[in-house]
Amino acid sequence: MAVKLPIYMDNHATTPMDPRVLEAMLPYFTEKFGNAASRNHSFGWAGEEAVENARQQVASLIGATAKEIIFTSGATESDNLMIKGVAEMYREKGNHIITQAIEHKAVLDTCKNLEKHGFEVTYLPVHKDGRVDPEDVRKAIRPTTILIAIMYANNEIGIVNPMQEIGKIAKEHGIIFASDGVQAAGKIPIDVQKDNIDLLAISGHKFYGPKGVGALYVRRRNPRVQLSAIIDGGGHERGMRSGTLNVPGIVGLGKAAELCQQEMAKESEKLFGLRERLRKGLEARLDEVYINGSMEHRLPNNLNMSFAYVEGESLLMGINDVAVSSGSACTSATLEPSYVLKALGVGEDLAHTSIRFGLGRFTTEEEVDYVIDKMVQVVTKLRELSPLYEMAKEGIDISKVKWQTA
Amino acid sequence: MAYSEKVVDHYNNPRNVGSMPKEDPNVGTGLVGAPECGDVMKLQMKINPDTKIIEEAKFKTFGCGSAIASSSLATEWVKGKTVEEALAIKNTDIVRELSLPPVKIHCSVLAEDAIKAAIGDWKKKHGIEVPAHEKSSH
Repeated sequence: MAVKLPIYMDNHATTPMDPRVLEAMLPYFTEKFGNAASRNHSFGWAGEEAVENARQQVASLIGATAKEIIFTSGATESDNLMIKGVAEMYREKGNHIITQAIEHKAVLDTCKNLEKHGFEVTYLPVHKDGRVDPEDVRKAIRPTTILIAIMYANNEIGIVNPMQEIGKIAKEHGIIFASDGVQAAGKIPIDVQKDNIDLLAISGHKFYGPKGVGALYVRRRNPRVQLSAIIDGGGHERGMRSGTLNVPGIVGLGKAAELCQQEMAKESEKLFGLRERLRKGLEARLDEVYINGSMEHRLPNNLNMSFAYVEGESLLMGINDVAVSSGSACTSATLEPSYVLKALGVGEDLAHTSIRFGLGRFTTEEEVDYVIDKMVQVVTKLRELSPLYEMAKEGIDISKVKWQTA
Repeated sequence: MAYSEKVVDHYNNPRNVGSMPKEDPNVGTGLVGAPECGDVMKLQMKINPDTKIIEEAKFKTFGCGSAIASSSLATEWVKGKTVEEALAIKNTDIVRELSLPPVKIHCSVLAEDAIKAAIGDWKKKHGIEVPAHEKSSH
């Protein structure tokens, strides 16, 4: 059977919604339209019941209790709320925050914002494999440290951090441990108890749910974490997030969480197999390809590879019937290559040649094979065109060449 | 980003891809840009020492689609021109021809630099002085 084009292989950016999720949501747009905060009629009760059911579904996915889940507009809001909320609430206890270099911008920029308001932030470096060293976390702790914010899994290179070890250190020091769990939730098992996570941000559209809805896990016991709200109003979500609840979105988030939990074992095995097929296929047929980030501690659906001597944007142009993304500067608004790859110590020359493949629930073996063929074809063509490849083949060390840069 | 039809055409069917022997006294080679910046262009021209006409032009480029198109176009334009005529090609001509958006103007600048660098190299081989304004800016 011919592969249907274009192929979507950018599931770290967003995922298509599972049709079962859509089905669960539909009644809540029309006949079950009640405001979940309307306590005095059946329309409101139906909405409330649906929301509470979703709260349970989301809690169950991460080993939490329903009361510890609050709903937001997405992970950017959840990241903002968990960091700014802790910063403001615990301001008198201290003003120091520990995070790391390859967090998502929703965390990094929130921390930068707090620095303008008297907070001090330590941005820990990462190892060559992209992971944070728990000992670096321990060493960075000060008497004034009130928050440690480390992502569960990275959105570009898919590495998974040593959450349990970091959580243990945070617990020993009585410091709140927050995590951006966007890429990990629904993909790999998360247990906030085992990991000692106090705050966890997740987003619906990264695991086959709708866009515009997310959640924040806020630990209620041992310790009870308090947050200052960043959106004021009607006091919804235990006062931490005002605003009428997005009932259909929340229903979708809940259903998506439930499906992920039920299917995770099988799905991650399938994705791992496909990802390895992709990796091995590319490595077998192309020389000078390099994997960015740990292969051992990695999401099963991620592959981030540099194709030396071939610029990323030109590569994307050649595989225009395959949707992937690149760490090349030319594809970003800032004209800077990926800060994530830079933090790993990947040279800027190789950062420009990187491609991120994000496999998903609906990726097929035929699609993987098509992508391998297409990548091999385009990389080979562009290397024919590349003066760097020619020089490398002549035995010239590209890093030693004196380039005429501006 | 949407590419103009001409950029796509040059990307899909790059003109004059290849290399000529660097040691050939009639071949001028320009290598501009840097891998860290995501753009490297190599432009070569075979120039008739008597007529000063560019008889052959070849390129290889590491860079985005617009960089590939800019250098491919440059080889097309310089072929058959005299050295003086080729030096008159401005990056803005390339921008116009390829409808490059503002973020891709540096690709055209690099192509203009590559033309100057290749001719400069040829002039050096022939003991002709290269005036400052003909030197590449990169």
